[in-house]
Amino acid sequence: MTAARASAAVPLVLLGAAALLPLLLSNEYYLQILTQGYILAISACGLNVILGLAGQLSLAHAGFFGIGAYTLALLGTKAGVPFWAGLPAGVALSAAMGYGIGSICLRSRGHYFAIFTMAVGLIIHLVIQKWESLTHGHVGVIGVPGPGSIGPIAFDSSAARSYLALGFLALTVTAIARLMASPVGRTWMAVRENEALASAVGLDVMVAKRLAFTVSAALAGLAGGLFAGFIGFLGPESSNVEMTFNTLLYVMVGGIGSLAGPVAGTFIVYGLSQVLAVLQQFQMVFFGVALVLLILFMPSGLAGVWRSARAGWGGRLVHRP
Amino acid sequence: MELFAQQVLNGLVTGSVYSLVALGLTLIYGTMHVPNFAHGQLYMLGAYVSYSLVTRAGLPYWGALGMSVVALALVGAALERLVFRPLRHAPPLNSMIAALGVMLCLEAVAQNIWGEEFRHMDSPYGGVVSVFGLPVAAHRLVLLVAAAGLMAGLLLFLTRTLAGSAIRATAQSPEGALLVGIDTGRVATTTFAISAGLAAVAGSLIAPISLVYPSMGALVTLKAFAIVVLGGMGSVPGALVGGYLLAMAESLGGTYVSATYQDLVAFVVLALVFTFKPSGLFREAA
Repeated sequence: MTAARASAAVPLVLLGAAALLPLLLSNEYYLQILTQGYILAISACGLNVILGLAGQLSLAHAGFFGIGAYTLALLGTKAGVPFWAGLPAGVALSAAMGYGIGSICLRSRGHYFAIFTMAVGLIIHLVIQKWESLTHGHVGVIGVPGPGSIGPIAFDSSAARSYLALGFLALTVTAIARLMASPVGRTWMAVRENEALASAVGLDVMVAKRLAFTVSAALAGLAGGLFAGFIGFLGPESSNVEMTFNTLLYVMVGGIGSLAGPVAGTFIVYGLSQVLAVLQQFQMVFFGVALVLLILFMPSGLAGVWRSARAGWGGRLVHRP
Repeated sequence: MELFAQQVLNGLVTGSVYSLVALGLTLIYGTMHVPNFAHGQLYMLGAYVSYSLVTRAGLPYWGALGMSVVALALVGAALERLVFRPLRHAPPLNSMIAALGVMLCLEAVAQNIWGEEFRHMDSPYGGVVSVFGLPVAAHRLVLLVAAAGLMAGLLLFLTRTLAGSAIRATAQSPEGALLVGIDTGRVATTTFAISAGLAAVAGSLIAPISLVYPSMGALVTLKAFAIVVLGGMGSVPGALVGGYLLAMAESLGGTYVSATYQDLVAFVVLALVFTFKPSGLFREAA
């Protein structure tokens, strides 16, 4: 079997394994964690688009997660809009805000972009937290509509919901894989490697970065909407800076800029955080240290280790330039 | 009128703290080009160390403040040596993410040692004095004078001493500084230590009139960034003036416009500056 065919089979095998998981997990609690993991992985994939592919450190990510979540929650509780209409509305609003905010923020580069987006993320969070007449502030929104059912398929059990989240994650990963292989994805990587050079060879850097930022915001919004609808309750913590950092950690652990890295990273870190729930109070100490150690010793994450391992034993058989 | 005068005074007090924090941030950015996202957490740790030394070890206030400065300077130097120096030649993204990791870690460490509760510490200057008929807590006056004195001292250090000149030279051109024989590695460690020490002073000065809690540094970091961006990344006078200006805007805006959104002032200012000047108000100054 050629390497290309083998790597094409890997995602299908993984998807099959993931589809079997809910059958093995009889415990309701594990199923919910699994579902949360899928949702957070969608958000991590979104951050990876702007950070890993286009090379821009956006610290407003949780803000867009919050926008998607609150759009669905508020439309559902205040206007009676069902989940399946609220979700696309949340994604659309996140994407639109991403486009608008990106148009402004992306004119700043490097450190300035990171600081700017950190301020934007904080503004979104503070508005959500303080605009009590709309968002109920700290109290949060109760009774967010769930996915209900589409025709004969009812999403009332935890297993059904986990399949739904898995479906969205699979769609997300497929879409990003397509983008990465397309001229759009190549442009992003060119911008990441050398913005001045990309611009010099005639690529429209601004358009490329803005598209990456919009896609990233839309995916954050999608994850936020699913998060709110599946839990049924939503508080302002969903949009805070810690949420951005957690997502950043997922991406860094898995491997920045790789396709499967953010998903793997989410499951490892989020899974560990659930296993270590007893050590809840030390969790952030570990995570902070982990982030620093990763960047010092393993800046390409698990995906980097995987690549060099494969190059190690495959390299002797196939000569790569 | 009294309300106005009171708010101006509040602005000056908060401004002293902002300026000290922003000074440290701008020094690090100027010499090492690292946006130190963990800077507010150094300020928070400084406050906690002073708090512990005063309330648990029974040290006098100024002694505690001094030891807090030494402790944080060591923390700052260690961060430079262990985290930021190895990343000097890595892409800028890496040192930014490392700074975020440090920030996360320090806040969690404080939460584990001191807990979530809001802590209060007494000032040795508990009285109220009258300034032109205005009642003012004595500690606020002490804070104003101490901060101003420290800033003047720092400016003299940077402009009049050899070590200060070495820091400025490194900020202007690391290669040039290296060529004329400056040990830029040592400059970086020193700068980090000074910057963390300044944050410790700021935290310790504000602790008796404010409360001490693990997340007290989070907003301060962002405000310091707003100031530094306004004043020019790396510019010392910009950070000094910007700190007082921002605090004044917050204090007056919070009184006369909206107290709910007082904390938003800094970020709106920051967003406006970047909207119209994507690379900050000034070109990076030394």
